[in-house]
Amino acid sequence: MKEEDCLLKFEIQGGEFLDSGESSVVIKDYLKKIGIPHPFIRRVLIATYEAEMNVVAHAERGTLCFMIAEKTVVIRVQDKGPGIPDVDLAMQKGYSTATQEVRQMGFGAGMGLPNMKQNSDTLIINTEVGTGTEVIMEFTL
Amino acid sequence: MKLDIIANELNWKLLTKISLTKIDIDTGYSGDLLSDVLANCEPGSLWITIQKHKNILGVAAAKDISAVILAGGIIPDDALIETAEKRDLAVFTTEETAFITSGKLYRLLKKDGV
Ligand SMILES: Nc1ncnc2c1ncn2[C@@H]1O[C@H](COP(=O)(O)OP(=O)(O)OP(=O)(O)O)[C@@H](O)[C@H]1O
Ligand SMILES: [Mg+2]
Repeated sequence: MKEEDCLLKFEIQGGEFLDSGESSVVIKDYLKKIGIPHPFIRRVLIATYEAEMNVVAHAERGTLCFMIAEKTVVIRVQDKGPGIPDVDLAMQKGYSTATQEVRQMGFGAGMGLPNMKQNSDTLIINTEVGTGTEVIMEFTL
Repeated sequence: MKLDIIANELNWKLLTKISLTKIDIDTGYSGDLLSDVLANCEPGSLWITIQKHKNILGVAAAKDISAVILAGGIIPDDALIETAEKRDLAVFTTEETAFITSGKLYRLLKKDGV
């Protein structure tokens, strides 16, 4: 998937909780407009929101790219950040390294990655400690 | 049950200027952990929480939540109210705790047979 295939692209700033979550709304409107059924839209939005929030909570900055190819919606989130040392551990329900500040805002349940897994058809995580993380999720109509 | 009837009955204060008569509610969810709400709240629910930052709007959008009740006297800032209005999301506040609010709502919906 190339950069120019992005139908919608969003910049995400780490730590900027107050302006985040906007992409969900734009993506929702887009999918609604092209007549995608609600339950499908919901799956995409939940997973997208979680992926975006993980950049906000755990990384420095990133980009979110929304693509549609054939009957598949693809969300790719790439960030510059600490990376994930143990992906299997991070995927476990309840595992979280969220700071106290982040937890006060209602994050840190350790359910974001499980929610992404649950709501997507494929979830790929490429990560390098000290460099960053790439999350690719596919949703098949 | 119609949202305007619920709000009136339970004395919630509406913060967003939107019409409530068309909104039908048959269940609710209480939670302050956003991922938990995303995972477990039934779409179309009424959401009771003490979180007041803008991210609750993303959660509401993703789950098609039609109304948010801020319990414990929580008041959000104007920016949140403004955005919520644009998205037709009803935001209420109540002095009562999330526990009391949930209990009263549950009883009301039960009585209504939903
Ligand atoms: N983009 C990322 N960069 C670095 N670490 C990450 C990233 N995404 C997830 N992690 C790590 O994986 C852990 C689990 O992530 P997950 O989304 O499941 O939970 P959380 O973000 O801590 O809490 P929640 O999503 O429930 O609010 C995080 O606490 C963090 O340590
Ligand atoms: Mg998370």
